[in-house]
Amino acid sequence: MSNYTDKIREISERLLKQGKVDMVIGFKKGTVPMMNEPCFVKKPEDISKLVWDSHCGINLANYLTDRKEKIGVIAKGCDSRNIVTHVIENKIKREQLFIIGVPCEGMIDRRKIASMFQTGSETEILSVAEQNGKIIVRTKDGEKTSERADLLQKNCALCVHRNPVIYDELVAEPVAEQKNIDRYADIREIEAMPPDQKWQYFDDLFSACIRCYACRNACPLCYCPTCFVDESRPQWVGKSTDPIDTKTFHFLRAYHCAGRCTDCGSCERVCPVGINMRVLTRKLEKDCFESFGWEAGLSLEQRPPLDVYKTNDPEDFIK
Amino acid sequence: MKVIKIDKKDWARGLDKASGAYRLFGPVKDKECHHFKELDKGELPDFNFSNTRLSAKAVVFPQTEAMFEYSLDENKADHHVMKECGKNDAPRAVIGIRPCDAFAFQLVKRNFDNPEYRDPWWVKAYESATFVGLACKNPCETCFCTSAGGGPFDEKGLDALLLDAGEHFLAKAVTEKGKKFLQNAGWNTETDADIEALKKDAESKISSVVHTDRLKDKTTMTLYDAPFWEEAAFACLNCGTCTYSCPTCWCFDIQDETHGKSGFRMRNWDSCMYPLFTLHGSGHNPRGTKIHRVRQRFMHKLKYYVDKYGDGIQCVGCGRCIRLCPVNIDIRNICEKMNSYEL
Repeated sequence: MSNYTDKIREISERLLKQGKVDMVIGFKKGTVPMMNEPCFVKKPEDISKLVWDSHCGINLANYLTDRKEKIGVIAKGCDSRNIVTHVIENKIKREQLFIIGVPCEGMIDRRKIASMFQTGSETEILSVAEQNGKIIVRTKDGEKTSERADLLQKNCALCVHRNPVIYDELVAEPVAEQKNIDRYADIREIEAMPPDQKWQYFDDLFSACIRCYACRNACPLCYCPTCFVDESRPQWVGKSTDPIDTKTFHFLRAYHCAGRCTDCGSCERVCPVGINMRVLTRKLEKDCFESFGWEAGLSLEQRPPLDVYKTNDPEDFIK
Repeated sequence: MKVIKIDKKDWARGLDKASGAYRLFGPVKDKECHHFKELDKGELPDFNFSNTRLSAKAVVFPQTEAMFEYSLDENKADHHVMKECGKNDAPRAVIGIRPCDAFAFQLVKRNFDNPEYRDPWWVKAYESATFVGLACKNPCETCFCTSAGGGPFDEKGLDALLLDAGEHFLAKAVTEKGKKFLQNAGWNTETDADIEALKKDAESKISSVVHTDRLKDKTTMTLYDAPFWEEAAFACLNCGTCTYSCPTCWCFDIQDETHGKSGFRMRNWDSCMYPLFTLHGSGHNPRGTKIHRVRQRFMHKLKYYVDKYGDGIQCVGCGRCIRLCPVNIDIRNICEKMNSYEL
């Protein structure tokens, strides 16, 4: 995928030179391994800043919210689905965007790479390189080579929409979509737990949370002008590290994402303490799929299930 | 003071002895990372770490701290009266704190303990603590303590310095408090071992150099109005990761929480990254946008603090914000931009 960089630069330069966009939103090379920084480029001469590799996991739709410019945006499958959601929810206009679509083979999981070296003491990752489907990780103690496919972010390993669903130009031919993926094996396990065990599971899941809100803020769906946890009149949720308040935040945030989440994985990726809060959003995603046959962000023509009313709704209570 | 040699066989026994006189705090691993906690009886600190994920600041300045309690029950004589919460200010020893985190308390002290204000809870907790630091033999690529007034063996914030020398620890008392701790643990075998060479070796492994020398000469408004903030702030999510993981970020917010008829007045860590941070009662927010907030964080650490105290930056170079920032905003780059900026 790293060979996408040249094509991204070529398209971006053309768009900026022709004045078709005011800025291109993409990634620049990070200062530490496995990190790239979301950035904008406004001048054709700055185009060499833009890069693409397996560490572009942040969802760039998050950087489009309420912007007024004409924007070229680089979009993986998940980003493109969130762009669709943004357009449907009036957070950006389709006409403002030139979508540079990136057929994606999944992003690399920083935590999986770190855990490859957890043999008693902590080992710093010095560099991560990619060659012919292999990932070469270098530490002070030497190198380790692994299959790229084994190091994908958890959401990428389960992804069934790797190609952008909406775009103006693709940087490469579409990639093969993953088939026969069971997206919800872990969710079914949690569903099957007796209430006590489920309670315990959630207590443990969120015990490390420091309420930094990185998950919320990295999420393109979380654009409320004032989030319910930040409201003070009335104050819905306490602001301390009380575990009940912390869980209230996570559960309610997940509900706000029901029928909208594309499982882009940004929330889990950005968490400074490694919480897998995606089990909540995926439970709701599963429910939406099973109840309404709905997958978020696939079409500009269809309203999401939780913002429409149909007279043939199967539930009596709503009629 | 003489260097003391502690055989690792005597380590657990010594800590057990010390636990008679101190509440012991140390790094332990939970899930994917190390963090500081009060050690249970017989629990040993785990030194298989580069540094703890969050800093040790919570040992003195917890993320949530109850200050007062009150009752709204009018049948009680003292209803609607704020009463100070009881605290455990018994001596505590913080074992295995890195020199950067210990030095950070010296910086934070300027805010919590100065001629104008003395924060009673911070001061009591700080004064009750003995910092038994663990020298950093293998600093991370993201560490830049030597550019921030510290170093991997820096003793400034410590009462005693420990050094893992394989079969044994070397310990050096830095203050009387540190000496007392070593005595309490029963460690007293003096040795002629010299730690200077190891110190030089560790310092030479710090690969990040950040220049801060010209910050003090810049005009505040020149930096404030500099054109690089839009670009610097673009990626920022305005989450609290940098501020919460930072050992020198000291801001807090006061909240009352009532359950039924009783409640607490507590303080919680706050973050200048949050939109609520400077929201006025009128609804106006002088730092209404992301750019305002990102600029504030760096200007505070690298300019306002520098000017106010005339003793370096409000950063100890622990590198946590670099390692943990979800979008790779790197304080080293911002600092270089500020330090080299000319109108």
